[in-house]
Amino acid sequence: MAENGVGASVRRKEDNRFLIGKGNYTDDITIAGQTHAVFLRSPHAHATINSIDTIAASAAPGVVAIFTGDDLAADGIGPLICGVTVTSDDGQPHRAPVHPALAQGKVNYVGDHVAVVIAESLSQAKDAAELVEVDYGVLPAVTNTATAADEGQTQIHEVAPGNLCFNWPFGDKAAVEEVFTAAHKVSSLELINNRMVTNPMEPRAAIADYNAGTEEITLHLTTQNPHVHRLVLSAFNQLAPEHKLRVVGPDVGGGFGAKIFIYAEELVVGWACRKVNRPVKWTADRTEAFLSDAHGRDHVSTAEMAMDENGKFLALRVMTRANLGAYLSTFGTMVPSYLYAFLLAGQYSTPLIYSEVKAVFTNTAPVDASRGAGRPEATFLLERLVDVCAADMGLDPVEIRRRNFIPVEAFPYQTPVVQCYDSGDYHAALDKALVLANYGSFAARAEEAKSRGKRRGIGLSSYVEACGIAPSAAVGQLGGGVGLWESAQVRFNPTGNVQVFTGTHSHGQGHETTFAQLVTEQLGVPFGNIEVIHGDTAKTQFGMGTYGSRSLAVGGVAISKACEKLIAKGKKIAAHALEAAEGDIEFADGNFTVAGTDKAMSIEAVAFNAYVPHSYPEGLEPGFDENAFFDPLNFSFPAGTHICEVEVDPDTGEVEIIKYSAVDDFGKLINPMIVAGQVHGGIAHGVGQALLEGCRYDSEGQLITASYMDYAMPRADNLPSFDIDYAPTDPPDNPLGVKGCGEAGAIGAPPAVINAIVNALGVKHIDMPATPETVWRAAQSV
Amino acid sequence: MEMNSAQRIEAGRQKVWEALNDTDVLKASMPGCESFDATSENTFEARITAKVGPVKARFKFNVNLYDIDPPNGYTIVGEGQGGAAGFAKGSASVNLTEDGAATILSYKVKANVGGKLAQLGARLIDGAAKKMADEFFGNFIAIVVGEAQASGESKELKQDTTAQHSGLPVWVWTTAVIVIAAIIYASFA
Repeated sequence: MAENGVGASVRRKEDNRFLIGKGNYTDDITIAGQTHAVFLRSPHAHATINSIDTIAASAAPGVVAIFTGDDLAADGIGPLICGVTVTSDDGQPHRAPVHPALAQGKVNYVGDHVAVVIAESLSQAKDAAELVEVDYGVLPAVTNTATAADEGQTQIHEVAPGNLCFNWPFGDKAAVEEVFTAAHKVSSLELINNRMVTNPMEPRAAIADYNAGTEEITLHLTTQNPHVHRLVLSAFNQLAPEHKLRVVGPDVGGGFGAKIFIYAEELVVGWACRKVNRPVKWTADRTEAFLSDAHGRDHVSTAEMAMDENGKFLALRVMTRANLGAYLSTFGTMVPSYLYAFLLAGQYSTPLIYSEVKAVFTNTAPVDASRGAGRPEATFLLERLVDVCAADMGLDPVEIRRRNFIPVEAFPYQTPVVQCYDSGDYHAALDKALVLANYGSFAARAEEAKSRGKRRGIGLSSYVEACGIAPSAAVGQLGGGVGLWESAQVRFNPTGNVQVFTGTHSHGQGHETTFAQLVTEQLGVPFGNIEVIHGDTAKTQFGMGTYGSRSLAVGGVAISKACEKLIAKGKKIAAHALEAAEGDIEFADGNFTVAGTDKAMSIEAVAFNAYVPHSYPEGLEPGFDENAFFDPLNFSFPAGTHICEVEVDPDTGEVEIIKYSAVDDFGKLINPMIVAGQVHGGIAHGVGQALLEGCRYDSEGQLITASYMDYAMPRADNLPSFDIDYAPTDPPDNPLGVKGCGEAGAIGAPPAVINAIVNALGVKHIDMPATPETVWRAAQSV
Repeated sequence: MEMNSAQRIEAGRQKVWEALNDTDVLKASMPGCESFDATSENTFEARITAKVGPVKARFKFNVNLYDIDPPNGYTIVGEGQGGAAGFAKGSASVNLTEDGAATILSYKVKANVGGKLAQLGARLIDGAAKKMADEFFGNFIAIVVGEAQASGESKELKQDTTAQHSGLPVWVWTTAVIVIAAIIYASFA
C-alpha cells in the first residue's frame, strides 16, 4: 500500500480550508454591482391568481426590476422538467403538468413562486416584495397522500385526472394472488413512510452574472451536478446555449439529494442577470428551504407476505401511494418506482413479488430523492413486515431472516424485480452484527431494565440497496433521459504533480481525499502532490455528478481507467528513454523499470519527458494527460445488518437508543475513516426519520413544520456512540471492488429503530416519527 | 385553531349588547386600531397596526356578519391579510345568555392561519390567542362594569351607544383581536 493510499484513514484534505474559514460557498461570492433577488411566494396551497399588481412595489426604493411568469413566458424560458418517464398502467407516459418557474395564473403549493423582486439590497427587495399585491382566488387544497386520488377530490391539474401521476404495477399479479390463496400464512401490515425535509446545512443559493461582451452567463449555485444543471438549463429551459453557460458548484454544504434538482430560483436568477444586465444573487432563508426544497419519502402502503409452514417467504404483495407534491421535480417519478419497487426483494429469496404504485399530486412541495431515495421506503416496509412475519410465525426475527436470506452461493443473484445483485454474504453480516450487539444476552438486559420500570427492545434491519448509479442502457430502458456513466481526467503537470478532474461533485463526501488516495495508490505520486478538481463546467469535462452513492463506484473507476492509460503511455516513453522494449517495462510504486534490471525512471520524469519531448518515441503524442469515461456494467449492492437496542420509558414515551451496531458490506474501503463518517451521518439521518422528523401540512395545505421549532433534527444527544464493522464481499462487476456507502445508514436505520421500539412495547407497529407522544400512546394501548 | 370559552360579565344582557355595539368601547378594549368602517350592511373593513416585540405589522381585515340575532348572538366570518406575515381567516359564533343580573358571553372561534403565521407560529397560535382574548375581555369588562357601577357618569357614553344601532358588534372585534394577536405574536415569536 502506498503511503496514504487505498485503505488508509487519511484525514480529509478539504477540512483544512473549512476549519480555517477558507471555504468558498455560493453565498460567500460577491460580484461588483450585484443585485439581490427575493421570491414572492404563495401563502396559499391552491389558488388562481386573478391579478398581480406590481406598481407600488416597482416604485419602492432600490427596486431594479420585478418579473412574473408572463415575463419568463415572453422570453420562452422554462418550464422546469422531469427527466424520467414512468409508463402508467394505461400504457401512457406519466401525467406531467406544466411546471412554470414563476406561476402562470395559478399556484399549487405554499411557497410556489409568484414573482421575483430584484433590488439594490436584500432588505429593499424584501420590502418591495411586501408591496406586490396579488389577488388570489383560493381553492380547496389536497394534501393527504392516501386520499388524494380518491373520487370527489379537488382536481389540481387538468392533465392529471384524479390527481394521478401514474399507476405503475410491476410483477405477475395473478401468480402472486394464486400463492396467497394457497399459503400457510399471510402476514400483513399497513404503514406510512413519513415525509421528510432534507435539510442540508447550507441552504440553496445562486448568483448569476452575464457578460455582455462574451454573451456568457456564469451561474454559481448549490448543486450536486453542475453539468446536469447546465445541460437542463440550456437544452430544456433555454437559458443559454451550453457553451455560453458556465455552471459552478463551489463548496457546497451538504446535498443529500436536495441539490440534484433544477429549481425555479436558479433558472430565474440565471435569466434575470441578463435581463437587468447586473449580477443577481439569491440565497434561501431557512423557511424558504423548508417550503421550496424538494421533500423526501411520503408513502402510504399496504404490505403482505405469503409464507409456508416454515416461515419461508413465498410471495410479497405491496400497494403503495406515493406523494409527488404539486409538480414533478427533476427525478420525482423515478423515486417511488424504479428506486423503490426494484428493491423490494431485499436480502430475501422471495420468488414472487407484485407491487402497485399510485403516484399522486397534492398541493404540497414537490417530492424527489432524499438520501436513499426509494430504498429507505422499500427497506422500511420490508424489514417491518419481516418482523411481523416472525411474530405471526412464532419465530425469532433473526431466525426468520436466516431462513429466507439469499445464500452466498447464489450470487450473482437475479431477483424477481429486475435487479441482479452483484455479491453478498448476508449471513456473515448478520452473524457479525449479532456478536457486536451482544444479541444473545439481550434478555438479561431487558430484565434488568424492567426492574427500573423501563422497557428494552432490540430490533434488526437487514437491508440491501442499489448504488453505483447506473448502467446507461438500463437507465434508457427504464425511461431515463440521461446516461449515468462518469468521467475523469488525470493530468500531470510538467513538474510532476497531478490534477485530477472528476465529473462528480463533492459536498461533504471527501472526494478530494478519497480520489487522491486512489491516484497515489495507482500512480505512486505522493498524496500531497495530487489535487482533485470538480464542480466547474469551465474546468472539468462533462460529468453526471454525485448522488446515489455513485461517485467512487462509477467516478472512481473512471479515474482509475485514466491512470491506466497514463501508465500505458508512460511505458512507451520509459522504454524509449531506458532503451528497452516496451514489453519489458514494468510499473510499480511510481517507477517504470526494465524487468530484471535496476534501470528505472520515475513517473514524474516520464511526465517531464512527455512535455519536453526532445528525445521521444516516434509518432507518440506529447503530453501526459488522459481522460476516461466509465459506464458501469451493473448497479452495486451494498448490504448489511443494523441492530438497534432501545430503552423506552413507558411513563413519558421517551426512547433512548442504548446501542446501535452496524455491519455493512461496502466492498473494498478506500478511506475507512471517511466511510465511518458516512455511516455515522447516515445512521443519524435514519434515526432522525425514525424518532424525530415529520414534515406536516395541515388540511388547508399550510406547512406547519417550517422551522426547527416544529421540525426536529437529530442531535448528538439523540444518538449513542455507534459500533460499526464491515463484512465485505467482492463485487465482480466493479473494477475497484467498491460498492458505495453514503446512503446505507439512512436506509438501514429506520426499521432497526422502529423494530426495537415495537419489540420493547409488544405492539404490532408504530409509525414514524416515534415521538414521545406516539410512543406513550402505544405504551398505554398494551 | 379552535377556541371555546365564556366570560361572566356583571351587567345586564342589554347593557352588554349595547356596549358591544359601541365602537368607542371596543376601540378602548383593543389597541392599535386605525379604522373600522362598514363597507356595506353587516360588512366591515378594519385596519389594525400592531406591534409585538420587535415586529410591527399592519393587518387589513374584511368581516362579514351572519345569523344576526340581537341580543342573543352572531356568527362572524373574517379574513385578514398581514402582508409578509401571511393571512388569517376564521369564524366565531357568539352567544349572550342571562345569568340573574349578569350576562354570560360565550364564544366559539375557529381560525386558520396561512403563510408565515402557519410556518412559524402554528404551535403558538392557541396560547397567544387565549392570552389576547383574556386581555380584550379584561379591558372590555372593566369598561362595561365600571359604567354599570357609575351609571350617572356614563350616560353620555350610553347615549352614543344608543344612537349607533348599526355599530360594531363586539364579536367582530373579538375575532379580529384574537386572530390578529395570534398572528402577530406568532410572526415574531
